[in-house]
Amino acid sequence: MDHALIYITLAAFFGLFMAWGIGANDVANAMATSIGSRAITVKQAVIIAAIFEFSGAVLAGGEVTKTIRKGIIDTDALSNPEILVMGMLAALLAAGVWLLIASWRGWPVSTTHSIVGAIIGFAMVGIGLNSVQWGKVGAIVASWVASPLIAGILSFLLFNSVQWLILSRPDPLVRAKRYVPFYIFLAVFMIALVTMLKGLKHVAAGSDLSLIETYLIAMGCGLIVAVIGKFFIQRIQPNRKAEKKFHYFTVERVFAVLMVVTACGMAFAHGSNDVANAIGPVAAVISIAQEGEVTQSAPVSIWILLLGGMGIVVGLATFGRHVIATVGKKITHLTPSRGFAAELAAATTIVIASGTGIPVSTTHTLVGAVLGVGMARGISAIDLSVVGRIFMSWLITIPAGAILSILFFYLLEFIFI
Amino acid sequence: MANYISKIFGDSPVAPMQHHMEVCFKAAQALLPFIEKTMEQEWEEVDKWRGQIVELEQEADELKKQIRGQLPKSMFMPVPREDLLNLLWAQDQIANTVRDISGLVVGRKMIIPEKLCASFMEFVQRNCAAAKKARKSVRELDELYNTGFRGAEADFVERLVGELDVIENETDEMQAKVREELFKLENDLPPVDVIFLYQIIELIGKIGDMAERIGRRLELLLSH
Repeated sequence: MDHALIYITLAAFFGLFMAWGIGANDVANAMATSIGSRAITVKQAVIIAAIFEFSGAVLAGGEVTKTIRKGIIDTDALSNPEILVMGMLAALLAAGVWLLIASWRGWPVSTTHSIVGAIIGFAMVGIGLNSVQWGKVGAIVASWVASPLIAGILSFLLFNSVQWLILSRPDPLVRAKRYVPFYIFLAVFMIALVTMLKGLKHVAAGSDLSLIETYLIAMGCGLIVAVIGKFFIQRIQPNRKAEKKFHYFTVERVFAVLMVVTACGMAFAHGSNDVANAIGPVAAVISIAQEGEVTQSAPVSIWILLLGGMGIVVGLATFGRHVIATVGKKITHLTPSRGFAAELAAATTIVIASGTGIPVSTTHTLVGAVLGVGMARGISAIDLSVVGRIFMSWLITIPAGAILSILFFYLLEFIFI
Repeated sequence: MANYISKIFGDSPVAPMQHHMEVCFKAAQALLPFIEKTMEQEWEEVDKWRGQIVELEQEADELKKQIRGQLPKSMFMPVPREDLLNLLWAQDQIANTVRDISGLVVGRKMIIPEKLCASFMEFVQRNCAAAKKARKSVRELDELYNTGFRGAEADFVERLVGELDVIENETDEMQAKVREELFKLENDLPPVDVIFLYQIIELIGKIGDMAERIGRRLELLLSH
């Protein structure tokens, strides 16, 4: 291929830019409930996000990256592999530009929807209508409806269990101290399990743990974190003065320990699903440019995942921390007992989607989870008009991403071919 | 750069509702020295307390408007919006009633017959006690929200509302007693004064009624 080096450089640059954008803007959504409930400080949130977004991207981001890279378009009919390179570059540019416009105008737009729309757009025009794997696209779109729904049901059940086990009892503090470690176990176990079952093969190829071993290790991880959590929970002393004003003050502090864990889980989940939006197209471009043909077999190389993870962290460090800080000021009354339920439900849903290779919207899933807690009478006021706007935005984002990517595709084709 | 998750959380009405109740209760509380000074006919002091009451009533009004403003129809809440607004209305009525009482007393430089004073004062105190119990119940609103309006906390509020009912019943009995005493005195008093005394008694009794209504509204929140 003539311009292989240029293509790779461009792709890496665009991909990094996209990852930077995700770190700058999206991470704040993932961390919003943690900050809003005051369970962790802004600084802690930034550190947690940096570590767990990165590890989520690297450890569990492989499957979704694979989907973005080659799950949406069928490249069998493709004669000139350079078309695909142009297309993927155009998709990255389109999604990036669309996200910039949306951020500037204040529209609630999902990165996932932008990139999927963009890839479909160039594929329809550049390769042909039949090249789009409509079945797979249909499944992805269906998952955009299902993921908020599932997260909502999960959070509804979780919060109901919290009410039933702890909050509605006469001795909520004793019960919180008893049951919260179980929730910690559950959170860590779920995320560790899905990651090991589905994600790790991209990192440690050839690691052949049996199913039972995998379960045992996941349980071990859960146990260790639960024990550490229990240690911190036991040290919490009732604050009588604060309890006089708000009787559940100390109970909520116990939940705050749990929330640190779910915040990590949320960052991990976000990293695992959203890094693909930035680096999926990069992975496609690089594999074609290196090998000169469209290969469907080569695995996603680890350094691309690292690149994406780093991009997110840089975005977080430059812009993201300011966005996170403003989020904390805006959410004023979310207590940890609610925030954790929303986060655990969303993180679980997203990590499972990541494991299955389905790109979902983190924001939508989390909104679904928040609504679930609201349905369980957990949140004092949810603005449904904003919720409506968030869910409607994806109807516009897909065609917008598609049209932009078609424009960029023609432009790049004009320059390079 | 905008963040969407934070925008879906509306401002919680709980803390402002509780603040509103505190202000309304303060107005009710100010009625005690106000009536005391009226009985002593120290009109300067009476005017001072009247000013305080009017200020508190205005503050409550402002808060009420602000709370209504932050509860548009698009808000999804654990309790029906109407029930919450009705609770707010009942709270606000306490401050309004106190302002009406103070206005009437000051406007007519009302004289409370000496023989009536003891039971009259007791009647005022009991109504203020009802308002205090109502405040105590509203102070549990944040806990109610946190527990999702069920369980031990809901039972506790249920009990408070029960206690509130007992006090309200007592105010009704006292109201009958004060009226009875006034009836015995009314031949020796200027008829117009008597008419307005009856009206003042009616208004003071309304404080207890409104406190009771706050209890009813809270019960409604629990029953959903």
